[in-house]
Amino acid sequence: MSLPTYEFDAVIIGAGGAGMRAALALAQSGYKTALVSKVFPTRSHTVSAQGGITCAVGNTHEDDWRWHMYDTVKGSDYIGDQASIEYMCKTGPECVYELEHMGLPFSRLDNGKIYQRPFGGQSKNFGGEQAARTCAAADRTGHALLHTLYQQNLQAKTHVFSEWYAIDLVKASDDSGFAGVMVMSIETGELAFMSARAIIFATGGAGRIFQSTTNAHINTGDGVGMIARAGLVLQDMEMWQFHPTGIAGAGCLVTEGCRGEGGYLINKDGERFMERYAPHAKDLASRDVVARAMALEMRAGNGFAPNGIDHVKLKLDHLGADIIKSRLPGIRELSMTFAGVDPIYEPIPVVPTCHYMMGGIPTNVHGQVITKDTNNQDKIVDGLYAAGECACVSVHGANRLGGNSLLDLVVFGRASGLHVQEQLNSYLPRKNASEADLEAAMSRHQRWMTDKNGEHVSDIRAEMQKIMQSDFGVFRTGEFMEEGVEKLKTLVERMKHATIDDHSKVFNTSLVEAMEAENLLVTAMATAVSALHRTESRGAHSREDFPKRDDENWLVHSTYQQENHVMGTREVNRAPKFIEPFEPKERVY
Amino acid sequence: MSDLTKKVHFKIYRYNPDVDQAPYMKDYHIDVPADRDIMLLNALFLIKNEDDGFGYRRSCAEGVCGSDGMNINGRNGLACITPLSSLKEPIVVRPLPGFPVIRDLVVDMDQFYKQYEKIKPYLQNSNPAPAQERLQSPKARLKLDGLYECILCACCSSSCPSFWWNPEKFIGPAGLLQAYRFLADSRDDHTEERLAELQDPFSVFRCRGIMNCVDVCPKGLNPTRAIGKIRSLLLQEAL
Amino acid sequence: MGSVRNITSYSGNGLRDWLVQRVSAIILAVYILTLVAFMICHQNLTYGDWSTLFSNLFFKIFTVIALFSLILHAWVGIWTVLTDYVKPTWLRGLIEIAVIISLIGYFIWGVEILWNIQGVLF
Repeated sequence: MSLPTYEFDAVIIGAGGAGMRAALALAQSGYKTALVSKVFPTRSHTVSAQGGITCAVGNTHEDDWRWHMYDTVKGSDYIGDQASIEYMCKTGPECVYELEHMGLPFSRLDNGKIYQRPFGGQSKNFGGEQAARTCAAADRTGHALLHTLYQQNLQAKTHVFSEWYAIDLVKASDDSGFAGVMVMSIETGELAFMSARAIIFATGGAGRIFQSTTNAHINTGDGVGMIARAGLVLQDMEMWQFHPTGIAGAGCLVTEGCRGEGGYLINKDGERFMERYAPHAKDLASRDVVARAMALEMRAGNGFAPNGIDHVKLKLDHLGADIIKSRLPGIRELSMTFAGVDPIYEPIPVVPTCHYMMGGIPTNVHGQVITKDTNNQDKIVDGLYAAGECACVSVHGANRLGGNSLLDLVVFGRASGLHVQEQLNSYLPRKNASEADLEAAMSRHQRWMTDKNGEHVSDIRAEMQKIMQSDFGVFRTGEFMEEGVEKLKTLVERMKHATIDDHSKVFNTSLVEAMEAENLLVTAMATAVSALHRTESRGAHSREDFPKRDDENWLVHSTYQQENHVMGTREVNRAPKFIEPFEPKERVY
Repeated sequence: MSDLTKKVHFKIYRYNPDVDQAPYMKDYHIDVPADRDIMLLNALFLIKNEDDGFGYRRSCAEGVCGSDGMNINGRNGLACITPLSSLKEPIVVRPLPGFPVIRDLVVDMDQFYKQYEKIKPYLQNSNPAPAQERLQSPKARLKLDGLYECILCACCSSSCPSFWWNPEKFIGPAGLLQAYRFLADSRDDHTEERLAELQDPFSVFRCRGIMNCVDVCPKGLNPTRAIGKIRSLLLQEAL
Repeated sequence: MGSVRNITSYSGNGLRDWLVQRVSAIILAVYILTLVAFMICHQNLTYGDWSTLFSNLFFKIFTVIALFSLILHAWVGIWTVLTDYVKPTWLRGLIEIAVIISLIGYFIWGVEILWNIQGVLF
């Protein structure tokens, strides 16, 4: 077989915030590093992040990373790994200052320091009054962050494979792990084997499993799919965040920063209903709490369009034109484009919308991928790393706090880059792949390129999104979920025989979409089975048949393996290094 | 939501080097919802559902990633934030002008990215970084507004005749906007070096100020003004 | 990377070219306005008025400056247009040489005409 082989020390898959931060950490190391991305780096979905990056730099009030940690543990509904959360909150300020030094155009306070705004779930002094902890570049923080990281990678001369698609991991011939990744140049259709001593997954989320999502079209769970097919474990896949404020009908995100700046939600009577659901934090309660409150309001007939695309509204007009124009210019632009509403004068129609995958590929605090051995014990997969949304390190547990995702991706992108470097220094041998291993890794590509006259893949994708939306949304019940799982199983069967019409080589977007759809279906299946399995309500996972949190049985991570859909559990880490762990408490806002 | 639909007529540029001898325009009559507006990008999905071989780039679908720049009824823009209701039929969609076409609406943007790289789009400061953030007054930060928001969609450079004629020498509106973004940043101290790189007759001075870039920028940015400011800086430096 | 050098540019420096273009334009504008003003002041313009004007030493110098500005202005402009539209280097070089020769020719011719005016008067 004349398959081109590229040899690298490290290959990073995905050029969003996590991937580019990892690449930057490796760039100065002298190790040969490739950054593989299916889109040009600045098209990655980090670009859409708006409100900011949370960390306790204490620019507006006295602050402490321990307070941030407390909020994050509470926000996670106590299944976030405390050692990871501690590492993130403690390292956060350093990482944010680094970004500033790289040139990220943060908004500023009068004293010249980075501007910070209040976000949901933030408190001073372990649950005291509202904190303002989210560092922001207006409402375009993700855009500013992603472009800054790309610029730094240009300066560092990172080897970027732009518009290359990662198809699957290639197993090592001695079964000792993975030898590299099978990739395809989207522009030419050429396949290549990237041999690597270390591989970092930074493939982002998979919000496209739902019909309505704030996620980009490229968020298709490619890393989740590859890990599942490689026989490794996925974790907490039932935990999906529904962002309270997606623009009704369009799905575009409206940052929580709007409420941080003083905006609030109203029902059709003009009532600020969050006062009833979260008397203390009100509109700045945790996202799961606000999303559920909105859903309940609409269910009670208090939405604005019970017969159409029902929604509540986000009121900003009382903030005044100046604040909106200076702090929320992107939101104004989006709501004028997608809702036909200028928030200076009118409230924005919003609805809870799928936003973030808290689960994913389990890793330790260095980003090393963890799986289970035959005795069901945790086992580190040498040379394999994951960071950012695709990873489940797990700092978000059952519910992520706003502003913590950008922090997660820079902290753990950097940590995995640094750890890979260390590991490359000490060992991590290059592994060999046999012909059979290579063929296995390209098999799904080969199938799509040859099979003809089957069902079209886009129909299957659409059905999957419908099932996920109706059976695995904000509220879940066992009965519907069981049906949903069965329907998904038939889709998995149908997917095996689905085809595409276009078999040409040059920039074949149908082929890429088909391979993405396969990953989406893997993600959806993992989500569905995990959601059905967890018989309690915790964080974003809200079951009507099990409305209470059950710490006795479920203060654990759930694990999922694709083969036979095997579910299991993993212990939650409650052993932070520097402070006493936070014990589970009732979670009120 | 009702299922009311209406037919809309599209003429789309098609070219697949694997199978086509030459590019051609293909007609599509597509059912789109009649009771609400959709964006052009949504219509392109509908077309792709019908015609699998049709290729274009897209990602965020909300106008911040810059993937889906294209020429729409003769004017560059982003498909995802162009409402169908704003377009006259037949809706003619072509790839961004001035770039080599890879396939259908997908163009090769290498030259565009190269020009961006040329201006050293990263903060340069010769002083060691402090332990915390570098301070910047809100007033100094304000100078970056209207500059840093660029999404590199190439709508501007691809509408600029000077960029068409000299894509390898003229940096183009997008790159120059970023050149000024770093010149204007109070934290960057490489002003002299940056200006020295821009003095030649092509990099900046091929701008003839026709403002096509300003006209098409989907983010409402003003590269012509930034170019004017670079010229003023060059002049100040020379005097 | 680095600045783009092109020896056929007037100065190899975009700013200088740009300045030359603007300054020469101003000189030409002033010169034309002066001529227009002169013609308005002399409604029935005769050959005598005309040659009196051109025999004035200051106006003669002014005319040479204006002519020189025109030559520079034209060269920068034509060079710009040629680099836009004529891509084969040999062809552009050829046209550029032709343009340079004619511009120098025009200049010499212009100055010579001014000399001749002097000749008539003496």
